[in-house]
Amino acid sequence: MAKVSKIRKSKKRSKVAGSSSKKPPVVYDDEQEEDVCGAEEDVSSEEDDGEDERKRQKLLEAIGALGGKRKHALAERSEAAVHMSEFSMTADDEADLSDLIGTIEKTPAATAQTKKHLKNLQRSKNTVECPLSKQENERIQRDVAFQKAALEVSRWQSIITQNQRAEQLVFPLNQEPSGPKPIEQVVMGWEARTPLEKEIFSLLAANKQPILDAVLTPAEEASVKAMDLEQVKIRRAERQKARALQSYYEAKARRERKIKSKKYHKVQNKAKRKEFVKQFEELVKTDPAAALEELDKMERARMQERMSLKHQNSGKWAKSKAIMAKYDEGARKAMQQQLEVNKDLTQKLVTSLSKEEEEEGEGNTDMLPDFVNDAEFKQDSSNPWMRGRLSEDPTEMELKDTMDVTAEGASAVTKEAEEEEGSEAEGTEEDALLREFDSRRKQRQDQESDTSAVIVNDGDDGVEEDQVTEDKVAEISDEEEEGLSEFTRMYRGIGKSLEKDAGSKDGSAELEEGLMRIRSVDDVDLLPQETPTEPQQAPTPQHQKSAEQQPSRSRKRKKGIELREVLTKETKVIKVPLAPTVTDSEEKLDQRVLIEEAFAGDDVISDFAREKRKREDEGKPKVIDLTLPGWGEWGGLGLKPSKRKRRRFRIRTEVPPPRKDQHLPSVIISEKRNSAITPHQVSSLPFPFENPAQFESSIRTPLGRTWNTERTVKKMTKPRVVTQLGAIIEPMADEQLLKGKKKVSARRRSRNTKTRTQPAK
Amino acid sequence: MKSKATFTDSHVEKKIKVKRPSVRYWNEPQKEDKSRDGENTGEAAVQQDRRAKKRKQKDETSAEKKLFSEKSDPFPGSAPIPKDRLQKFKRKDKITKPPRHYRKLKQVITRSEEASDLALKQAARFDLLLPEDAGFLEGDEDEDTCTISQEDIAEAVDITSGAKYFNLKLTQFGPYRVDYSKTGRQLLLGGRRGHLACFDWQTKQLMCEINVMESISDVKWLHTDSMFAVAQKQWLYVYDSNGIELHCIRKFNDVLRMQFLPYHFLLATASATSFLQYLDVSTGKEVAAICTKTGRLDVMCQNPHNAIIHLGHSNGTVTLWSPNQKEALVKMLCHQGGVRSVAVDKMGNYMVTSGMDKKLKVFDIRALKPLTSYFLPAGASCLSLSQRGLLSAATGDVVQVYRDVWSTPVTKPYMAHRVRGSVWGLQFCPFEDVLGVGHGEGFTSMLVPGAGEPNFDGLDANPYRSAKQRQEWEVKALLEKIQPELISLDPTDLGRVDRATFEQRHQEKVQSLGFDPHAKEKFVPKFKKKGRSSAGAVERRKKQVAHVDQRDVIRKSVEDKVKMEEQQKRKEAKKAALSRRKSALDRFKK
Repeated sequence: MAKVSKIRKSKKRSKVAGSSSKKPPVVYDDEQEEDVCGAEEDVSSEEDDGEDERKRQKLLEAIGALGGKRKHALAERSEAAVHMSEFSMTADDEADLSDLIGTIEKTPAATAQTKKHLKNLQRSKNTVECPLSKQENERIQRDVAFQKAALEVSRWQSIITQNQRAEQLVFPLNQEPSGPKPIEQVVMGWEARTPLEKEIFSLLAANKQPILDAVLTPAEEASVKAMDLEQVKIRRAERQKARALQSYYEAKARRERKIKSKKYHKVQNKAKRKEFVKQFEELVKTDPAAALEELDKMERARMQERMSLKHQNSGKWAKSKAIMAKYDEGARKAMQQQLEVNKDLTQKLVTSLSKEEEEEGEGNTDMLPDFVNDAEFKQDSSNPWMRGRLSEDPTEMELKDTMDVTAEGASAVTKEAEEEEGSEAEGTEEDALLREFDSRRKQRQDQESDTSAVIVNDGDDGVEEDQVTEDKVAEISDEEEEGLSEFTRMYRGIGKSLEKDAGSKDGSAELEEGLMRIRSVDDVDLLPQETPTEPQQAPTPQHQKSAEQQPSRSRKRKKGIELREVLTKETKVIKVPLAPTVTDSEEKLDQRVLIEEAFAGDDVISDFAREKRKREDEGKPKVIDLTLPGWGEWGGLGLKPSKRKRRRFRIRTEVPPPRKDQHLPSVIISEKRNSAITPHQVSSLPFPFENPAQFESSIRTPLGRTWNTERTVKKMTKPRVVTQLGAIIEPMADEQLLKGKKKVSARRRSRNTKTRTQPAK
Repeated sequence: MKSKATFTDSHVEKKIKVKRPSVRYWNEPQKEDKSRDGENTGEAAVQQDRRAKKRKQKDETSAEKKLFSEKSDPFPGSAPIPKDRLQKFKRKDKITKPPRHYRKLKQVITRSEEASDLALKQAARFDLLLPEDAGFLEGDEDEDTCTISQEDIAEAVDITSGAKYFNLKLTQFGPYRVDYSKTGRQLLLGGRRGHLACFDWQTKQLMCEINVMESISDVKWLHTDSMFAVAQKQWLYVYDSNGIELHCIRKFNDVLRMQFLPYHFLLATASATSFLQYLDVSTGKEVAAICTKTGRLDVMCQNPHNAIIHLGHSNGTVTLWSPNQKEALVKMLCHQGGVRSVAVDKMGNYMVTSGMDKKLKVFDIRALKPLTSYFLPAGASCLSLSQRGLLSAATGDVVQVYRDVWSTPVTKPYMAHRVRGSVWGLQFCPFEDVLGVGHGEGFTSMLVPGAGEPNFDGLDANPYRSAKQRQEWEVKALLEKIQPELISLDPTDLGRVDRATFEQRHQEKVQSLGFDPHAKEKFVPKFKKKGRSSAGAVERRKKQVAHVDQRDVIRKSVEDKVKMEEQQKRKEAKKAALSRRKSALDRFKK
């Protein structure tokens, strides 16, 4: 209401002003104004007549203030425009800086500095930069304000992330858990609160009194640590003496080191060595453990020597000497000496202790089971007695083959696989041996290729060596018993036959045969026989053929045999205490007989194998040939499309992954994808997971009550946010921030104390 | 007096020994993390003791020193769990944690690992609540358990158990098929000559008895004990427990064998026309009908682990089927003659088959590999596996029971019993040590100690449930019904990420929709009048459109090429810039 009335007033006021403004002079008389105002007052409020003068004046002033224009006019009027100023200047006159300076120079009171300043000012013509625009100014202010606000807000960041990461948030936050508290917690969380308590604790702390139980106060401990004067003196003297002695010793050593005489050093070294040996022997008697350590050290030194190139006559000096050695006796001697030193240093020390050790080691080897040694012999390929397997294998193969043969006889149908088997049945023994030998040799060759750089006897030298060794062996064999010689003879015979076979199989192997690594005496035995046989042998066609066919056939046959194995696996016969008196009903029996007749023996197996092969073939990639004869080139009878074109228009499909039943001969697994389940499966990996394995393992545990205990279900299905019904959730206060900080700092402190206490243990 | 004193002394001592400070709840959180590793391993007692000591020392030195109560827990941490029990409930191996900078992933993984760890431990702990042990038969010295007769066993055991051995002499209606309900309370008998009877076999209370006046080839309980399916001469029928015919399902003809998949509510039937059909008994719809093309299907069983149906064939193969695939998932050659019977154990690990070649074979069905093979002099016509892994095989009129056929080679049966006629149907009763044998002269209920699972799951199959509980269970089971699409060889497939390529998925979509939704429409030129739709003009228009399309393709390819080249250039420039950088050693270059 008041506002409205005011507005009305002002309107009237402006009207009045408008009427009054018609008068040409700008000047108002006080009286006139008063009149106007008085009239107005009469209009607005007639009850205020009896008010005192001062109040009226105030009101008038207030009303006067309402009109902006009026005020301006008043101010104009009050300005001393008409009057002269005290500096005899009017507002119209412009004051120049030079004028001022002129006056300054006249006045002695002005300092030289100010004068200088003024002069500089006068001289400089630069204009003052205009102030920043309002927008820019505001932007800067906003920026600053934002930074401040960001700082303020970022303090909360840690708490916010903590809450975001929390497994569960219970609002209102930071409630104290209800229920009774354990006494320990209560006591530990106790703090001095009342002034009396605080005073007591501060006193205790100030006097370094233990708050918890302790045997000694810190002050007492400090006093215990301190020692008396005499002890300190004695100690000081001791230290002085030690220092002096050390310096003497150092000086002596320096002097000795500077001596250039070789002889002196030699003698010195020898003496030292002797001393050392003596000491060591004593040590052996008194303290074997220390001696062992010493020995270890020596061993290490030896190793280092062996590793380094010192004394190897490979240095610059040694090389120069080597050149000189032909002519110079001294140089030769020096080199010799050098080598001797090396020999000395690298010589293995043989002491009683080390001998013991060796013996122990031997004992250990004795303790080891025999097969450890056997393993090496097993690799020895050409020695059948060591292999042991060769003797078993042929019989096995025989057995298998005979089985096959019988099976074949039984089955009316003949097929490729059977045929192959049949052809193979002839040379089973030889083949088995061959295969065995071949594989062994390959293995050996591999090894050889690894080590060939080191140990290879090639050319004449090798032969010579062989002969020599053979002679030796012959001598030995003469000395040996008859049984053993028989043994070797037998072995030789086998070796010969083997070699024949091997030679016949492939010529390429012959070349490699020459480079044979000799591992044992028996090997050496073998070598000379080999050399004569090599040129004689001409590969027989039959054998070669068999060798060529071998891999493919063995693969095929393997499958067949495995499949058969599955069905004819050796069965355990079960003894039944009660023999069945009633057999199955007659019709069933008849049926059984019928079926047995129908599926006698192999038929089932071959059917299955055929089906499997068919499936495999279906899955194999097919080549689509899209070449059109005569397209883009000449066509006609006897003309074939060009190779380039054929290559261009032949489409190969991708090779599918290996079948799941690859290694299961008696199983056909369908390769079709189960698309029924795909709508229920997760098709794309959800966000934080990097690979399917992670995701799969994260959902491996079911959540339901059917598979879990109640507690687990509750834990796993915990809601992320829990709000208490009826509780007021207030925004987080600043205290919380402090609390969080305190916690962090407390944790840090505790960690520090822990690390400090650890060394004390 | 003295003795009394000593007695009291000892008593006190004992008390002290026995007394142990009870675990305080405030100790728990502190110790749990410390003893975590101990829990994990559950190793030998000695080691544990040492560890406990160490832990105690640690506690004393660090935190508990400050505690007011000086006593410390002599058995800190929670009780250890045996390793084998943990192994029993283990689901899959843990995965290695991702590197640190995958913070979110790491957090998710740690949380899930924690949860599954807790689940595992809790399950292992609560295994303690299965208190019942399976019994077994133990003979005297030099006495084979297989020579102990049923009468002897029935005499030796308590009356209620003894009453479980009984014979029903039903000579009229020929050999009987047998089926126990899922809880093991109800028994269903179906004679080949049409006799049908269901009853509570423990109380011998008859629920219904009818003659369907047709030959019956198989009978099967459905999900509850109020409904059962009967495969009759022509069609499949469903009756309720009062013997009232509910349905005659004409879609299912010449059914020879049936299997009910309880969690999928599927009735799988194998017919003489070599059809394998699935009937959803909750909706009454045929889910799948698969023509196996393998002749008469009279050998059938289910794998309770993954609800795969195993069929035995006359050519010695066993095939595995799911309703989602029209071809056999797996086909294995098991016998040289025809397969006579198949059985799969409860955990889905082993399959036992018997064939015309008089052999009994055990397969590891997960690896699809043969394990052992036995030769039975007369061959086994029927096989059945109990919940505890006992195998019963019927040879003629003799029923033999074997124990542990897969782990140890067996030479003698565990039990043997001669029934009156040749055996036609065999089934172990769930949760009971009873084997039901249907034969030519009726039915025999045999006692086989150690056959049934002693601990039943009250929420799954409760033999003692009331009518109300049964109703509740039915509702829950229907809610938790597993869809037939989820049947696959590996039931954990559902928890796997589908790794099919985009192309594969597209192909499947096309197959299911019948058309390609992303295919571009073929341009068909509009008909225009005034002779502008002459063959030449139409062809020209077609060509134009084709040209435009081709131009688009070309433009795109050119753009790609340019882009590639630019990239290459940029890369090279970068490389050049890198290589041009001068090194301190450049001054030595010539």
